[in-house]
Amino acid sequence: MPNSFSPSDPHQATSSSATLVPLEPSFIEVKEFDFFYGKKQALFDINLEIPDRQVTAFIGPSGCGKSTLLRNFNRMNELIPNVSHAGDITIHGTSIFDPSVEIIALRRRIGMVFQKSNPFPMSLYENVVYPLRITGQRQRAVLDETVERSLKAVVLWDEVKDRLHESALGLSGGQLQRLCIARAIASQPEILLMDEPCSALDPIATAKIEELIVELKKDFTIVIVTHSMHQASRISDLTAFFYLGKLIEFDQTNKIFTAPIQKQTEDYITGRFG
Amino acid sequence: MEQRAEYNCELRTANCEPTSRSDVAGCFPRIDLLRIACFLAAVMIVATLGLMLYEILSKAWPAINTFGWRFIIRSEWQPNRDLYGVFPMVIGTLTSSLIALLLALPLGLAIAIFLSENFLPSSVRNAMRFIIDLLAAIPSVVYGLWGIFVIVPLIQKYGDMISHHWGSIPIFKGPAYGNSLLAASLVLTLMVLPTITSISRAALVAVPMVLREGSYALGATRWETIFHVLLPCAAQGIVAAAILGFGRAMGETMAVAMLIGNSQRWTLSLFSPSNTLSALLANQFAEADGLQINALMYAALLLIVMTLVINLVGELVLKKTQKSFGSH
Ligand SMILES: Nc1ncnc2c1ncn2[C@@H]1O[C@H](COP(=O)(O)OP(=O)(O)O)[C@@H](O)[C@H]1O
Ligand SMILES: [Mg+2]
Repeated sequence: MPNSFSPSDPHQATSSSATLVPLEPSFIEVKEFDFFYGKKQALFDINLEIPDRQVTAFIGPSGCGKSTLLRNFNRMNELIPNVSHAGDITIHGTSIFDPSVEIIALRRRIGMVFQKSNPFPMSLYENVVYPLRITGQRQRAVLDETVERSLKAVVLWDEVKDRLHESALGLSGGQLQRLCIARAIASQPEILLMDEPCSALDPIATAKIEELIVELKKDFTIVIVTHSMHQASRISDLTAFFYLGKLIEFDQTNKIFTAPIQKQTEDYITGRFG
Repeated sequence: MEQRAEYNCELRTANCEPTSRSDVAGCFPRIDLLRIACFLAAVMIVATLGLMLYEILSKAWPAINTFGWRFIIRSEWQPNRDLYGVFPMVIGTLTSSLIALLLALPLGLAIAIFLSENFLPSSVRNAMRFIIDLLAAIPSVVYGLWGIFVIVPLIQKYGDMISHHWGSIPIFKGPAYGNSLLAASLVLTLMVLPTITSISRAALVAVPMVLREGSYALGATRWETIFHVLLPCAAQGIVAAAILGFGRAMGETMAVAMLIGNSQRWTLSLFSPSNTLSALLANQFAEADGLQINALMYAALLLIVMTLVINLVGELVLKKTQKSFGSH
């Protein structure tokens, strides 16, 4: 049943292989960006260019604004009342705050993985195809193909292929987080945002997700918030260090961890604070 | 081992009652006297319930002996011939409560959705919540009066028109009396609305924020999120709300007794007078004697059993809801 691909399927053309090929890689540019929760300023004059098909890590002590910046990329912060911003964020050169940009369409181009896995109370299958269902996709073949492709991409397919129609809630924490990643990439977004995706997992599950992230960067532009400097150094190409709402330093990961320019960065990565 | 995912810590801790008595004793080693007093109070409540059941059962016994279980399916209620059966009242109890539930559930759910999501500023939402909870504080007799002065005249005015056109459908059969199944059901609807709204709202609010965000982040609209994620998540709590609302409607007495028309014949027509077990008790007890008292006690026993079962089921569903949030 899940293998019944139809040859005439229009989706087939864009993804003939088992891996996910986003339509176009993209990059994110943050320009003089300030962000406010009510009157409280959480981000100060952030300037940052995130390259495509690389893993960019955000590090810094808790409360420094990593999640706030990440959640601006898909405008999730707008769910919170009384927020405001100044400056701009562009994806592919287009401002995400442009009035012509539809927030729903923007979010469909950007997958997001949360700190706590958040499976919906439905079957594994329905979880993965949720982003397609809400666009009105009904073709069984397309849905089946998406499930298989997405679950294979997160290396979960073999573990769950016989129980796709059972509730997702019986999986282990690590499996659930991989399921959520599968769901986040099911509609073939360009960018994958991850906010401390491993912080609720044990080391083995964490290692699996880290492996997966390195694998996924072939196809996605990945931005990951992490509180673990080991994780940042293991999986990221670029690292941004934030402190008190300011971007202190942004560079190649190995440079940040071996020869940081700023004193604050050095203090942080050597564990002198935070 | 990978650890299981956990959501809602608040619900978790709320469920964390001390598992054994020694836990409590460990926290408060010196308050033995207080513990004994509390224990006695608890025993007294259970004892009172037991005594009440015993009293009702023993008073009902002659009627149980005389009529057996056929009491439930017999339709005559003739004190002058000492013939008693409560079939019309059982039907009336169930139908009036069911109609109230069918009307109050969609309405209550809509209000619950409105109050749990951020459609409105939270100050307005809190004010609305307060007003709805206030509905529960209005005395039953006031609802009854309101029904007599507002609902009954409306039914008298429009009921005949409706039964004139659709009278062939059993539920619209005329003639339209003011005091009727419909009048009682409409007032019951209002009376169970706070129960259904507040339990459903609690269930919706308890849906973890990460699930809402997860849905929005995938590009879902607010309504898609409500229908595909929030309502399914809260489904069990909503079912519990419906069951408890139904239980509340079944036991409701004063307003129903004032509005239902106290007919001893069973009916499916909304416009005909009907009766419920509780209204029967309220209307007849003062002048009852002899076997009639026993028959009324039998009816009371029946009502208690019905409401206890319904409430028990509702509470169990609610309990299960709270547990399941911790583990999925
Ligand atoms: N919903 C919110 N309302 C008000 N302030 C917030 C909210 N979320 C975060 N903040 C504040 O913004 C700052 C940055 O938070 P956050 O981006 O979550 O930090 P990080 O992810 O780096 O730990 C903190 O001072 C935090 O208290
Ligand atoms: Mg954070």
